[in-house]
Amino acid sequence: MSAAVAGEGAPRVVLVDDHGLFRSGVRAELGRQVEVVGEADDVAPAIELIGRELPDVVLLDVHLPGGGGHAVITEVKKEHPEVRFLALSASDAPEDVIAVIRAGARGYVTKTISTADLADAIRRVAGGDAVFSHRLAGFVLDAFATAPATPDVRPSFDPELDQLTTREREVLRLIAQGYTYKEVARELYISVKTVESHVSSVLRKLQLSSRHQLTRWAAERRLT
Amino acid sequence: MQEPSEPPWPPFRFQDRPGRRHPRWHGHRWQDQDAFQDRPESDDRPDWRSHFRRQGNGDGGPLRRDPQDRIGGGIAAGIGTWRGFSPTTVRIACVVAALVTTGWAVPIYFIGWLAIPAKGSDATIGAKARHDSQGVALAIGAASLVAVFLLLAGVLNDGSIEVYGWPQVVSVACLVLIWRNAPEGEKAALQHLVAPLESLGGGGDNVRRGTKLRFAVAAGLLIAGLSVLFSLHGGLTLLAPLGGFVLVVAAIFVLLGPWWLRIARDLLFERQARARAEERADMAARVHDSVLQTLALIQRSAEDPQAVVQLARAQERELRSWLFEGRAPGDTEVTSFVEGVREIQRDVEARHGVPVEVVTVGDCPLDEHLNALLAAAREATVNAAKWSGASVISLFAEVEPDKVEVAVRDRGSGFDLDSVPADRKGVAESIRGRMLRHGGKAAVQSTLGEGTKVTLTMTRGLASAGPAAAADGRRR
Repeated sequence: MSAAVAGEGAPRVVLVDDHGLFRSGVRAELGRQVEVVGEADDVAPAIELIGRELPDVVLLDVHLPGGGGHAVITEVKKEHPEVRFLALSASDAPEDVIAVIRAGARGYVTKTISTADLADAIRRVAGGDAVFSHRLAGFVLDAFATAPATPDVRPSFDPELDQLTTREREVLRLIAQGYTYKEVARELYISVKTVESHVSSVLRKLQLSSRHQLTRWAAERRLT
Repeated sequence: MQEPSEPPWPPFRFQDRPGRRHPRWHGHRWQDQDAFQDRPESDDRPDWRSHFRRQGNGDGGPLRRDPQDRIGGGIAAGIGTWRGFSPTTVRIACVVAALVTTGWAVPIYFIGWLAIPAKGSDATIGAKARHDSQGVALAIGAASLVAVFLLLAGVLNDGSIEVYGWPQVVSVACLVLIWRNAPEGEKAALQHLVAPLESLGGGGDNVRRGTKLRFAVAAGLLIAGLSVLFSLHGGLTLLAPLGGFVLVVAAIFVLLGPWWLRIARDLLFERQARARAEERADMAARVHDSVLQTLALIQRSAEDPQAVVQLARAQERELRSWLFEGRAPGDTEVTSFVEGVREIQRDVEARHGVPVEVVTVGDCPLDEHLNALLAAAREATVNAAKWSGASVISLFAEVEPDKVEVAVRDRGSGFDLDSVPADRKGVAESIRGRMLRHGGKAAVQSTLGEGTKVTLTMTRGLASAGPAAAADGRRR
């Protein structure tokens, strides 16, 4: 596998997708913006490749024949917790989202994303930020909807995890409307850094909360 | 006969073989009763008797079944070709052998079917069957069932059934293995044999008819059995053998019953797995059909980017609604708020060719006010599609316990709110007016060169359903 010619400081990326067409498309489009150091088409080879290359970001398809994207994340995180994952999928069924995010992906975008946005998302994930597509933002709002607590909600150790703050909701709502982080920052009169920290905090809640919508989806997919 | 022989059934032929029956024997004349001799000389008088004559020493090749020329497994034809006899001769010999050996020739025939490769191949069905552990279990199960039946028959009736029946225990086992492991072509013939049995077993297409037939057969057998029992022996003397018989049956069932049950269950699982596979195939067919059609259309209109985008979006929408929302393509009935939002997306994309990115949070049933909200949202979306020049419009809808909010946003040309032309202001006013009349409000933000955002808010309340329905209504 030949590494793409990329500029200094470009994130090193591994592509994991079972569609060869999609991989070569992404590789061609991302061109110089990132350094593609390897490709894999299934769970086992992906784990092996990631362990060897230790890339900055793994661009990971949610649907893989040998167990799904979350299996890759779970396995790699055991050995190399520092590797960051950006999940991609053609669908945006909520269980897909919840599976990869709870497994530990730093972001989730759909495959219809433009090349520039994808490159930007990879850079942000490489820099430690969370990346929410507008659909993911809508889904998170939905999952944390302000419905009154029903008796079957099992409270978390930290009840804070089970709900979003007003500010977080505002940020998510704007992202769901297609605002970029910069636009969100301007709209809410806050800095981009603050927007990023809100999104990261939402991501953390998404991964740690035991809110019953989340646990139910997780349970349906046996992901707890 | 040194080799496996032909069974006495079926007494008919399944398919017409094209062309001749056995052209290789035409041109030889039948000579005398001692026909199984080498007869190299020829005389051009085709004769039915030539069917029974030996012709040459055979082809000299290895023994192979001939699936092209068969009644059962094509063994008779194979032997005929191998040793130079006519298949008809071999078949008659087989039937005779079956009678003389009290049925043992039949299982030998089936073993031959398993052990002799078909013409043009070296693989035997038996070799394949060895790895079919479920098939082996099934074969043993079926054979043991027949054995039990024979035991019972033997108790009641001494002699003939048993004598001819026992070899068939082996036959049944062989048949099961052949059935599970024969290539498709050969199965077709077996299917003909099994079809009537299968319809008896309820496996036929016409289940009702199958059931009736089964009842009729069962009733007939029962009456026949009872009348035989009572005519042979009289009254109470029957009880002793019958009692012992019942005990034996019970013992066998206790011993083997669970095993039979397990085999039956395995079969059921297998059938379910097949049903699932069919379902998947059906889905694949539906998806592929519509997706492939769209892809073909896209290729044909490659020079028109707008048409390509429109086609791709329409296909994406249809697939999504079918895969994730369980809606059949073409089903457009709108009963909930989110469905109404999707309808706006569908119509605007179809009519104006601008992609509309929809994000919805929560859902609730429609009422008069929400219909007004949807109408206003539609106008705002259409406006954006027509005038903004944006490449994509974002449509966000959130259902909260106390209000419903819709935001229509584009990154298009925008406009100066204070200096809008009269006609566009009219539209803005109609959106605003409609919202106001239903107790909601509309806000328009626009910046030249950056885009426009229309926010519509409708208070939920009087007539609409409670908040719990809103939160839970969206997903199962």
